[in-house]
Amino acid sequence: MKKQKQSADRELGERSLFSKIEPYLYLLPFFIGIAVFTLYPVINVVLISFKEGYSHLSRGFDQWGVSNYQVVLSDPKFSQAIGNTLKYVLLVVPISTCISVVVAYLLNQKLRFSALFQTAYFLPMVTSVTAVGLAWKLMFNKNFGIINYILSFFGVDKIPWLENAAWSIPTLVVFGVWNILPFTIILLLSGLQNIDPQYYTAARVDGARSLRIFFRITVPLLAPTIFLVCITNTISSFKVFSELYPLFNGKPGPFNNLYTVVYYIRYAMMENRKYGIAAAAALVLFLFIFVFTMVQLAFQKKMSKR
Amino acid sequence: MRVVLDHITKRFADVTAVSEFSATLEDGELVSLLGPSGCGKSTLLNMLSGILPVSGGKIFFDDQDVTALPPEKRGIGLVFQNYALYPHMTVMSNICFPLETQRVPKEERIERANEIAKLVHVDMLMNRKPSELSGGQQQRVAIARALVKNPRLLLLDEPLSNLDARLRLEMREEIRRIQQRTGVTTIFVTHDQEEALSISDRIVLMRLGVLQQNDLPQNLYNEPANQFVADFLGNPPINNLPGTIEDGAFVTEDGKGRCVLPMLSGIENGRKVNLSIRAESFVLDGNGPMTCEVTRVYQMGKEEMAYLKLGNCDFRAYIDSDEGLKQGDTVHISLKKRGVFVFDRETGERIR
Repeated sequence: MKKQKQSADRELGERSLFSKIEPYLYLLPFFIGIAVFTLYPVINVVLISFKEGYSHLSRGFDQWGVSNYQVVLSDPKFSQAIGNTLKYVLLVVPISTCISVVVAYLLNQKLRFSALFQTAYFLPMVTSVTAVGLAWKLMFNKNFGIINYILSFFGVDKIPWLENAAWSIPTLVVFGVWNILPFTIILLLSGLQNIDPQYYTAARVDGARSLRIFFRITVPLLAPTIFLVCITNTISSFKVFSELYPLFNGKPGPFNNLYTVVYYIRYAMMENRKYGIAAAAALVLFLFIFVFTMVQLAFQKKMSKR
Repeated sequence: MRVVLDHITKRFADVTAVSEFSATLEDGELVSLLGPSGCGKSTLLNMLSGILPVSGGKIFFDDQDVTALPPEKRGIGLVFQNYALYPHMTVMSNICFPLETQRVPKEERIERANEIAKLVHVDMLMNRKPSELSGGQQQRVAIARALVKNPRLLLLDEPLSNLDARLRLEMREEIRRIQQRTGVTTIFVTHDQEEALSISDRIVLMRLGVLQQNDLPQNLYNEPANQFVADFLGNPPINNLPGTIEDGAFVTEDGKGRCVLPMLSGIENGRKVNLSIRAESFVLDGNGPMTCEVTRVYQMGKEEMAYLKLGNCDFRAYIDSDEGLKQGDTVHISLKKRGVFVFDRETGERIR
């Protein structure tokens, strides 16, 4: 009798041990994937950035140190890359956010041809950036491009989008904004659809016209989504590369004047085989993104308290 | 302000929600729009506010035809069922919003908001957000927001349905008090007969988009226009005894129950009717014309609720009796003048 009870207890104990482990077993495949393809590379990048004289073939290095960072931070190309990237972020994020709020607001109204609009704005998301980039390269063409052709109707002279260094950033920003819009519009559209239409009715009864409703009701109620869009757009804009690559034949701008941080990383790694430099640059980029995101979050917290 | 509804009709696709509705609401009245859910009362309210366009008919505010005016030009205050307070604004900003759209100067806005907040007793909550308020407080803020612009007409769409029973009673009296203080013509939509009977100057009862009766609360109860009105009002519900008229007498369907009532004289023989009697209209009377069997008795404290049977008709009656009724007794009953009606069973039309 006693024996039986003991064995029952033991069985129970074993079962509860198994039931403790069981959920982790289900998670294991995912963990392995994350560990191999995300965790290991991330840790490795941090380590490599501190290895002086690292060789990617032998995996050997001379000593630990910060010489990679010294090289990166004193490289004029890198400061150019940081400058370009910051300019790009500070232009693309506000412009794309404003445009997408307005477009999402219009799409949320019951418009005629709304199916057509939805296809049009969704297009960048389902096409390859590189392929579309080549199409944009044709559109940006100074003499035959459709953009200059359309602008000519408004009396604008031919703009050397791809040929003149001064126009490099505007060109990249135009393409970047277009490319980023669908995702932000979808986010904002779902945010808009979460607003109870009763608030609009109430505001109309209270005598508000569309413009006041938009600024006093829609935008404040959409604010959490707008912040989310800003943060994701900032992060993705910091990593600008695939928009740049096809526009200028794989070069960073017509006169190598349009280095961005990710282009710099790729350049250091693929063309100079300097993995340590690339890793250090990547960590500097990470730091930038981290600080920007933290500032935005702090700002959001302050705003939502008000 | 006087409100005139002239043959208002609203059709949605193939459904007619409100049909040929005509009524006049006098200045300063509190009128309840009463009816079961789906009767078109909220649709009517939305047409009054201008949120919904009418399909036919005209609406007049005093002598002004407002049928085609958008909500913002009608000068109405609207309290929504779930209040629809702007969640991102403080109570103060919520109340000020209608004034902001009218471009009232900021100082005057704040002054008027404070004044109205005092009237509805939310003056100590001005810096809170709606999420920090209780249901009753939100309700008061919603009323303040509707009243701050001095509307010509105040519309309340089931304003008490989101509150618990005790708060409902309290807010009911509050709405009455605020309405009487401001003297604003008010329309109050509800499906709760008790709410309507207790609060209103007048009740407009609707069914399936059609006006049934537009009358004083006591008249609706004491002089129902038709079977539906009699059924809708009163708790417990009115007793309907189906039967036929034979030579001035009411005969139950199975022919076993029979009673002669003076009010039945003049109704043609063979007409199928409902003899409808309120539970409080029965009197024990040895010489009474109705001979009924007692099937059950419930003690209700101050009185007894008896289940009686006449022929094959069961009905409920409040009985005031010193002896105390017992199950199986046979009793003689006469009817009071008040609360006894005869309706045509097919059309629901009132005969007596």
